[in-house]
Amino acid sequence: MKKTILTVDDSRTMREMLKATLLGAGYEVMQAEDGVHGLEVLEGAMPDVILTDINMPRMDGFGFIEGVRRDSRYRSVPILVLTTEGEPEKKDRARRAGATGWIVKPFDPEKLINAIRRLAA
Amino acid sequence: MDTMAAIKQTFFQECEEQLVELESGLLALEDGTSEPDTINAVFRAVHSIKGGAGAFGLEQLVRFAHAFETALDLVRGGKLTATRAILKTMLSAADVLADLVRITREDGVADDAEITRMVQQLEAISHGGAAAAGSQPADAEPADDLDFVPIQISLADLIGAGPSGTRSFKIRFEPKTGFYARANEPLVMLREISRLGAMRVTCDQTRLPSLTELDPEGAYLAWEIHLDTESDESALRDIFEFVEFDCDISIEEKQVEADFDTDAFAQLMSLASGQTPPMAQPLEPRTEQIAAEIASRNESETANRKSDANKGFNQAGATIRVDLERVERLIDLVGELVINQAMLSQRVAEARIARSSALAMGLDELEQLSREIQDSVMAIRAQPVKPIFQRMSRVVREAADMTGKSVTLHCDGDSTEVDKTVIERLTDPLTHMIRNAIDHGIEKPEVRLAAGKPESGHIRLAAMHRSGRVVIEVSDDGGGINRERVRSAAIAKGLIEPEAQLSDEEIDNLIFLPGFSTAATVTDMSGRGVGMDVVKRSIQALGGRISIASTPGRGSTFVMSLPLTLAVLDGMIVSVADETLIVPLTAIVETLKPSTGDIYHMGGDSRVIRIRDTFVPLIDIGHVLGYRNKLADPQNCVVVLIDLEGHARRALLVDTIQGQRQVVIKSLEANYRRVDGIAAATILGDGRVALILDVDAVVENANGKAASSASESLDLDHDTHARAPQRAHDFATELEPEPVE
Repeated sequence: MKKTILTVDDSRTMREMLKATLLGAGYEVMQAEDGVHGLEVLEGAMPDVILTDINMPRMDGFGFIEGVRRDSRYRSVPILVLTTEGEPEKKDRARRAGATGWIVKPFDPEKLINAIRRLAA
Repeated sequence: MDTMAAIKQTFFQECEEQLVELESGLLALEDGTSEPDTINAVFRAVHSIKGGAGAFGLEQLVRFAHAFETALDLVRGGKLTATRAILKTMLSAADVLADLVRITREDGVADDAEITRMVQQLEAISHGGAAAAGSQPADAEPADDLDFVPIQISLADLIGAGPSGTRSFKIRFEPKTGFYARANEPLVMLREISRLGAMRVTCDQTRLPSLTELDPEGAYLAWEIHLDTESDESALRDIFEFVEFDCDISIEEKQVEADFDTDAFAQLMSLASGQTPPMAQPLEPRTEQIAAEIASRNESETANRKSDANKGFNQAGATIRVDLERVERLIDLVGELVINQAMLSQRVAEARIARSSALAMGLDELEQLSREIQDSVMAIRAQPVKPIFQRMSRVVREAADMTGKSVTLHCDGDSTEVDKTVIERLTDPLTHMIRNAIDHGIEKPEVRLAAGKPESGHIRLAAMHRSGRVVIEVSDDGGGINRERVRSAAIAKGLIEPEAQLSDEEIDNLIFLPGFSTAATVTDMSGRGVGMDVVKRSIQALGGRISIASTPGRGSTFVMSLPLTLAVLDGMIVSVADETLIVPLTAIVETLKPSTGDIYHMGGDSRVIRIRDTFVPLIDIGHVLGYRNKLADPQNCVVVLIDLEGHARRALLVDTIQGQRQVVIKSLEANYRRVDGIAAATILGDGRVALILDVDAVVENANGKAASSASESLDLDHDTHARAPQRAHDFATELEPEPVE
């Protein structure tokens, strides 16, 4: 039974890297390009883990996380924040928005898969 | 590693897009047309490049992008005001970044000194901003991963146990409400811990209230875990990495043999987590039960999610990326389809089937459909001219810097779409024209001020669609063409006769002659041995035309008219000496039946025809292309009046006109070889190949023939140098007949 991961990132490069890494680890992958698109894709889908970037056009990662958590259907979906910005306050803001964990970019594929495994029910 | 190589390719493509975004954002900030989100977009662009570069280990790119990003972050955070000077530096930094991306893409080595210099400039900006705001530039990333490292090292020292030995840990784990609010799941954590070794779990339910008081989202349970593992504590800590603030954790290692003060260690650990060690109250029998319940609930939930999840796949992504080769193949195939359909129509016509028959009507519909398919396929390749316009802003900056002039660029209609192949080949001509405009057109600031103009010169780049073609204008508000100088230069170079009477327009057009250059000294910029003739040639090679309009003291405007696509062409099908030729419709002004009285012989093979009080050189296509040795009798022919670049006109003599049709262009060069006077070929409805005329080249050939038969003392090698004087001579001959009237 494959688990599904939703990745939200505005960078095509990053999306492709995530996709390759996750597919390689045996996950199903859904992708979105920014927060607004992420919420659209989420409608009617139920990923096991969500991976999101912070810095994105239209709706950033914080807004996206808040949007996900506001919807009772998705309150228990773990969200991993994927960003190059490792400053404590960013991490803290993401946590307050409802993020479950974080991965620092550029990500180590093994670390990423480990983190996802640790979160995926 | 193929996937990685492909992703790297994507990365560089994306970089190009980000660079465009970056530059347009910075320019918007500079000229005050920015929106609140512009600085964020600019930051994101650099941030994305840095992120991708980091993933591929492109150190130099990361270093540069990081310095850039730091400065942008300060502006974004309002800690630094983007002054004109700062924006200027940032624009240069954007240029360096663009170069760096390109060099990295080609696996080249960038000039480290230049990079370092730019990084220092950016750092100076950042430090200025940071000092003013009293904060440090954001660079906290390395520190982030170090959280647990000190403990790990001291632990190994304290215990002195090798990593291979089995160790026993006692873990107390007590989630708080936030733990669940952030979608953490204790079961998953227990599962992870069990992966490390043999685990015994007890659940502490002492805090569980009665059902009526129970908050469904509250945190009441705690767990105590005994783990025998070969892993060290850091592996355990990793599991709790994300929840350190959302639960109380204590991890203590049970020492059997080593002389180690566990209590002291527990205290140390609790100091670290700011918590006194809680006491466990085991309730063993029910633990397993709860775990099992949670597990079964999760199973069914996940199953539900699964089916929902699949629906999401179809929604993602409204655009796709397609290999250009595939599109080109499609365009080729559609071209074949159109030809095939034309053949079919012709066969049906030959079979004398009534136009009202179902077959003929079906064919008409097919024709319509083919045309629509063709248009749609062409649209796939159409791209806005925006990227190339944006590239020009860099050209303007560099050229302005180099000449010490102040120039602003204004772009209009940058969303106008043109075939990708046309766009690609526009860069060089545009670059050259803009450099020319700045180098020769725009005056020095003091000259401008003296002339009552604004100090800063203005260049306008505009694109628009006009009757099935795309028109691109490059205009400047400089001094205009200095006709006296152009004229004397042309005479000095022997391009025109000193006594030639030329109109202003004709003088302006002299700058398109090969080898013409008015610059007193060859400047670094525009004087690279290429002149406007090269620009003209490349525009012509695209099936386009270029003309110039200039007002002294007010500036010049170059107008280029280009086909929307290089794949099809509207042409007039003509017969010449039993051959079928195509004359591009865009060149044709009118067609007419000549009367003998309108033809005048000028000596040799030169003839002119009078068309409404003007005399136009008459060119016998069949003769020029070598289909016949004798000149055709105009009485049995049709005249096609064509417009050359620069508005000179010629009358082409053809035998008959067959009709007008859109034809699919097939490269003659790719399938055969280049033929002078012929632009390309096409396949007609009857399956025969017809040649498409390159009218300008044919006219030049005709000049050559006329000149040789008139025994001109010119070297007629048909190379570019030889042609220049012939064309100039031509300027004069066109005017001479007028007094005859």
